Amino acid sequence: MTITHHLSDQLLIAYAAGSLPEAFSLVAATHVSLCDDCRIRIEAYEAIGGAVLETETAEMGEASLEACLARLGQPDTPHRPAPRRGLLPSPLADYVGGDLDKVRWRSLGMGVRQAILPTAKGASARLLYIPAGQGVPDHGHRGLELTLVLQGAFHDARARFGPGDVEIADESDEHTPVAETGDACICLAATDAPLRFISLLPRLLQPIFRI
Amino acid sequence: MMSHAIALQNPDAADLPRAYAGPKQAVQGRRLAATDETDWAALMVAVRDRQDRAAFAMLFRHFAPRVKAFLMKSGTEAALAEDCAQDVLATVWQKAHLFDPARASVGTWVFTIARNRRIDIARRDRRPEPEVLEWGGDVHEPDQADLYEAAQDAARLTAALQSLPEAQRALVARAFYGELSHREIASETGLPLGTIKSRIRLAIDRLRMKMS
Repeated sequence: MTITHHLSDQLLIAYAAGSLPEAFSLVAATHVSLCDDCRIRIEAYEAIGGAVLETETAEMGEASLEACLARLGQPDTPHRPAPRRGLLPSPLADYVGGDLDKVRWRSLGMGVRQAILPTAKGASARLLYIPAGQGVPDHGHRGLELTLVLQGAFHDARARFGPGDVEIADESDEHTPVAETGDACICLAATDAPLRFISLLPRLLQPIFRI
Repeated sequence: MMSHAIALQNPDAADLPRAYAGPKQAVQGRRLAATDETDWAALMVAVRDRQDRAAFAMLFRHFAPRVKAFLMKSGTEAALAEDCAQDVLATVWQKAHLFDPARASVGTWVFTIARNRRIDIARRDRRPEPEVLEWGGDVHEPDQADLYEAAQDAARLTAALQSLPEAQRALVARAFYGELSHREIASETGLPLGTIKSRIRLAIDRLRMKMS
C-alpha cells in the first residue's frame, strides 16, 4: 500500500498524548494500522511523553510497594497477533462488529450509503460508501474532518486519495470529492462538526441523516 | 485543572537514567539500589523474562512516584492517583511481555500505560489502539546496540525537554498531561513543534531501521 497523505504532526501528537476525541482516535488508529511511517512517528512522540513522565514525582504511601507486590499474579503470556482477514483493520472492525459484511448501511440517495459508528460525543465517525464515478455532494466544513480511504479512491481539485490516505479538511476547505471509476470508494470519515451540504441534500434533512 | 494546587517534588536528578553504560548485568542480587547509571531496560527485561520481583521493586520505586505525579498533573486527586499508579505498575508486571527495549525506553512504555489509565479515569473518549504489529527481529534477544541507541534516545529527549525555555517546556508537558485539546495542539501557539520534530528525528530514523 502506497500512502501519500498522512496524519499531521499535530494529530499524531494529540493521539500520542491521548487527547483526541474518540472519533478522530479511531481514524488515527485505523490509519496507523495501515501506515508504518505514522506508527513510527507516534512511537517517537510517545517518547516525548516518556521524557515528560520523568520530570515530576509525587511521594507514594509507605505501604504502596508491598501492596502492589501482593497483587502481582501470573503475567500474561505473549501471543502472536492474528492476521487481518477482511478489509477493515482491527480497531475499525471492533466498532463495526466484524468486517464489511457487518456494516449496517443506510442509504443517503444516489447510491451513497453511510453507517454511523458509536463514539463519544464531541466528534462523530461514520463509514461512507460512494459508488464508483459518483460525486459526493459539495460540502464545506465547520470543524475538522478526517477522511481515510479504505477501498477505491477519490479525488478533488487538490489531490487524489487512495487506500490508506487521509484527507484532513477544515473550515477553510470547500471541495467536491469524486469517487474514481473501478471499485466503489469506502471511507472512514470523522468530524467534530456537522457537515454542511451545499447542494443535493437540503440543509433541513441534516438532523435526520446526522451528517 | 487542579495542577497548580499540587505540591510536587523535584525528581532526584541522580535518579534519572542518563545513558546506557554498555552491556552489564543489572540485577546482581536482592539488594538493589538505583544509581544514575540504572539500566531500567535491563530491569524490565528481568521482570519480563524471569519475573524478577526485586527488579520490579526498583522499577516501582522509580516509576510509581512519576506516574502518580503524572496523573495528579492530569487532574486526578492524590488518593486516586496513588491507587492508579499502583494499577499502572501492576500492569507493567502483567503486560511485561509487550515490552520491547529496542522500540521504546521503559519510561516511554510506562507513559503509554499511564496515559491509557488517565483516559480510563476520565470515562469519556476511548482511545482505540492500532493493530498489533510484529516487528522484525526477536523481541527476546535484543541487540545490545539497539538497547544502547534506545537509551540514548530517551536520555537525549529528556535533556532536550529540560533545555527548553520554561514556558515551552510547560506547554509540552501540558500537552502530554492531556490538558491541551487537539485544537490547542493544532494551533501550535507556543508549542515548540519544530524543536520537537528535530529532536525526535534520530529516534524516527532508528525505529525505521528497526522496523525494516
